[in-house]
Amino acid sequence: MANKTINIKLRVWRQNGPSDKGHFETYELNDVPTAASFLEMMDLLNEKLINEGKDPVAFDHDCREGICGACSMYINGRAHGPDTGITTCQLHMRLFKDGETITVEPWRAKAFPVIKDLMVDRSALDEIIKAGGYISVNTGGAPDANTIPIPKDVAERAFDAANCIGCGACVATCKNHSAMLFVAAKVSHLALLPQGQVEAERRAKAMIAKMDELGFGTCSNTGACEVECPKGISISFIAKLNREYLKANLIP
Amino acid sequence: MAGFLSSSIGKKFLMSLSGLFLILFLAVHATLNSLLLVGPEAYNEAANFMATNPFIKVMEPILALGFIIHIVYALILEVSNMGKVGPVGYKMAKRSHQSTWSSRNMIYLGLIILTFLVIHLANFFWKVKFGGAPEIEGTNMHDTYKLVTDLFKSSLIIDIIYLIGAIALGLHLHHALWSAFQTLGWSNDRWRKIWSVIGDIYAIVIAMIFGLIPLYFYFIN
Ligand code: HEM
Ligand code: SF4
Ligand code: FES
Repeated sequence: MANKTINIKLRVWRQNGPSDKGHFETYELNDVPTAASFLEMMDLLNEKLINEGKDPVAFDHDCREGICGACSMYINGRAHGPDTGITTCQLHMRLFKDGETITVEPWRAKAFPVIKDLMVDRSALDEIIKAGGYISVNTGGAPDANTIPIPKDVAERAFDAANCIGCGACVATCKNHSAMLFVAAKVSHLALLPQGQVEAERRAKAMIAKMDELGFGTCSNTGACEVECPKGISISFIAKLNREYLKANLIP
Repeated sequence: MAGFLSSSIGKKFLMSLSGLFLILFLAVHATLNSLLLVGPEAYNEAANFMATNPFIKVMEPILALGFIIHIVYALILEVSNMGKVGPVGYKMAKRSHQSTWSSRNMIYLGLIILTFLVIHLANFFWKVKFGGAPEIEGTNMHDTYKLVTDLFKSSLIIDIIYLIGAIALGLHLHHALWSAFQTLGWSNDRWRKIWSVIGDIYAIVIAMIFGLIPLYFYFIN
């Protein structure tokens, strides 16, 4: 098991820059250890390309431990590949078969323009956060937060929402390229806690207005986002976001 | 308020309210249709009650408005969402792993229902309103039972069109009910399951009533 290797074919999206049309390029890669992560496999590919004097494939990555959300890749038709509850850096080659052709594409959405190859600009999500995904007053350090008693189930629910790492898999997967799951997670984790409740209405309005402005689609409740979210954010938070937004607009 | 209705959630709010209103209407409509199976007297009495009742007179334009809002916003949302794809779509997307077929095809199911609706209105509504419907002898009441059953007995093509309309409606309703309550914020892990079950039962019952009654008159009665 430990030393098992496979030979694969990679069909990778290559695009020289935002205005380049882009195309697929096929590469053969032999002796890939099944214990390698998908990104380690991409490193092997890039080493090979560099040795051949070719341009390596650009892709985003940072933590390589499933917490930063940078490693956006659409692999064999699914965000972060065939495994569930993980990011691409946590995907392992043992899930692929010897001789398999693996298709690797960038997140595709109007709101996420391609920078180069598999690397997209996800800063639209940061813009949504800037519009209201914060608390305006200083609520002190961790000990101060602990002086406000919060029921355990509420705290856990807030934490479930706070798990969102802003990876954008939800947007990439959604047929409408809506950012509702992301916004729902951000609005909910703050709205559930006393420190965030004060600004809940203003926040819901501002973040939705920003989401609409930046070229994300509307939610058709297909639920695809929830299936591909590496952090298991539930679409129940989208219901909560709708509730927060309707309350902010319709109840005087 | 204007800002709200032009927001993404505001538009979906109108879709969900108009859709739920149409769901209520369908329940009344299907109940009346089942009287076709009871007999001419029962059905005609109900049909004439509906035709003369002042409450129904008021509801008719509201129903038309409900359809118009639902359809207009369906098209607005669909066109705007198509523009969010970006310059290139996916070469490979395992959509059936991620979502139900109904949820991805609401607009096409809706357009089939709309086409059916036009045919359906021309078959019955138009004739009752503007002439061409038979009357019950010795009265000036329409014999709606005869109008409906004559058509269903005479043409298998029409009956199949009704069956297709009913199947499209059933598939639309498979996604519609829980989705509307999700849009209205009246959902969570538990309620989503409850709405889905109620929605599926409703979808099956409605599709059977609308789809099978025409075939019943063609083949059995
Ligand atoms: C009697 C017939 C109909 C009923 C009972 C009905 C009901 C519903 C309901 C309850 C929803 C869910 C709304 C939500 O997600 O919040 C819905 C969605 C939808 N309906 Fe209908 N509908 C009907 C006819 C139509 C027609 C004629 C069309 C259009 C051309 C249509 C197009 C759509 C579309 C595109 C959606 C999804 C919108 C989205 O989520 O983006 N429907 N329908
Ligand atoms: S909701 Fe899930 S899929 Fe969407 S950005 Fe957050 S972690 Fe990624
Ligand atoms: S590189 Fe940070 S989540 Fe994958």
